Amino acid sequence: MKIKRVLISGNEAIAEGAIQAGCNFYAGYPITPQNELIAYMSRYMPSSGGVFIQAESELAAINMVYGAAACGCRAMTSSSSPGVSLKQEGISYMSGARLPAVVVNIMRGGPGLGNIAPAQSDYFQATRGGGHGDYRVIVLAPAGAQEAYDLTKTGFRLADKYRIVVMILGDGVLGQMMEPVKFLAGKGKVSVKKPWALTGCKGRKPNIVKSFFLREGDLEKFNLKLQKDYEAIRREEQRYEGLFLDDARVILVAYGTMSRIAKSALTRLRSSGKKIGLIRPVSLWPFPDKAFKKIGRKVKYLTVEMSYGQMLEDVKLAVNGSAQVEFLGRAGGGIPGEDEIIDKIGRLI
Amino acid sequence: MKKVFGRPEALYDTPTHYCPGCGHGIAHRLVAEAVDELGIRERTIGIAPVGCAVVAYDYWNFDCSEAAHGRALAVATAIKRARPRNIVFTYQGDGDLAAIGTNETIHAANRGENLTVVFINNAVYGMTGGQMAPTTLLGQKTSTTVDGRKREWHGSPLKVSEMLALLPGVRYIERVSLHSPQEVLKAKRAIRQAFKNQVENDSGFSMVEVLSPCPTYWGLSPKGAMDWVKDVMQKEFPLGRIK
Repeated sequence: MKIKRVLISGNEAIAEGAIQAGCNFYAGYPITPQNELIAYMSRYMPSSGGVFIQAESELAAINMVYGAAACGCRAMTSSSSPGVSLKQEGISYMSGARLPAVVVNIMRGGPGLGNIAPAQSDYFQATRGGGHGDYRVIVLAPAGAQEAYDLTKTGFRLADKYRIVVMILGDGVLGQMMEPVKFLAGKGKVSVKKPWALTGCKGRKPNIVKSFFLREGDLEKFNLKLQKDYEAIRREEQRYEGLFLDDARVILVAYGTMSRIAKSALTRLRSSGKKIGLIRPVSLWPFPDKAFKKIGRKVKYLTVEMSYGQMLEDVKLAVNGSAQVEFLGRAGGGIPGEDEIIDKIGRLI
Repeated sequence: MKKVFGRPEALYDTPTHYCPGCGHGIAHRLVAEAVDELGIRERTIGIAPVGCAVVAYDYWNFDCSEAAHGRALAVATAIKRARPRNIVFTYQGDGDLAAIGTNETIHAANRGENLTVVFINNAVYGMTGGQMAPTTLLGQKTSTTVDGRKREWHGSPLKVSEMLALLPGVRYIERVSLHSPQEVLKAKRAIRQAFKNQVENDSGFSMVEVLSPCPTYWGLSPKGAMDWVKDVMQKEFPLGRIK
């Protein structure tokens, strides 16, 4: 297959990654700052043999994804923060019915209608399940357009592998910024078997897709199976990038767009001889505890977010009291800058 | 000897959980008979609602999915678009289709989705204990309208079928009842027609509204509930072809 190199936005890179992953169903609803994604899908989904529907609401969109996933499609929807809140009902039902799908959240400022500036304020919602019930979704956080493309493909693979919802969590900067991306041209082929899918019961017993377990004991049994699968995901699917973890005295922890600013600060600090490192979680759930556990010596951590101390809690859980964890964060349109990070680190060493 | 009557293959031989005198058992059977007669059991996908009929898949012998409350037509839209050769229908109550799912209902109909809808109107929320539904009659007592539904407080019974009939995407709408054997036969013909439209690939939305007795939450005997449909309910919801 031919490799193309193009200049596209993160939103479009996600769309292209989905098409390449064999996504054959997309339903969405317009919301800023992810509109390039729905527009891209409306153009390219039909020509790649898939279904595109502009839904009447976020609720309809996620429930269309539920239906498409139930009959065996590789299905996706995308939105931004307020819209993703509305989708939580459907994500919970999909988790209960073990339906694989990819949901994209290009985060903006909140709470409420908030604004349309980039933010990372939906970390809790994404990594703690988001809707009702004891469930998780795999959360992948790209830091640029190329990674957005790559992780979307990974997301579809993981969704099918574990029969789970995978969320691609980006922010307005990632969604809007144009960067060169290398990708395979054309639609990908998928050969995942889904014997549970609704296709009509010819030659087999009827399949049922449901999340309702009324008989005593059945729901607990189902929940225990979910937890067992989540444990396997915690074991197998932690993803992160580590920089200078061998000699660092202060380790920055940041994901997505924030990690790129943290990297710029790190480069400047290293050039002046400061021993600074970086852990960039790529999977936010499962959170990459392993990265922290590998560091045996005494270090300090500085968690930097475009939110007010959300990932901080996971860093503290990973460190479990064994190291000092400091925090720097802004949200609602503000983004911690290189200078703010450098200043904060100056006070730590 | 020639067998003239039997259980449809599309209906399992199992007791239902419905109350004595409930219309769901009859309506389930009519769906199953229509599916069998059209020879579509092996390609049918049914969407069960949230409400009394949530476990309809325990009674129907074909592929089924649950949907979140009110979202059956969003789920059905996706399945039909993704698998146009399958026959896809939703089975929804008045709370599901006409209250929490009104948006999904109107837009699926307006898009002219090639779907079949069986809309069970029993003028009350059954599963949750008899609260007011959008189709509850004026004056009807429910657990949330203990003095009866009042127009000035609760609005009037919602005429979903008449509203949907205005939309160009809607091909067929008929309102039927289950209150007598004659009406059950008419209901059967209408449900069969609504499936046949989809089988024949007539693009458009087909819906049958079924006036269905709920003796438990109407506070009536099974026979009394049938009579109430005949004498009271069908005056508010006139039977017949609407579109």
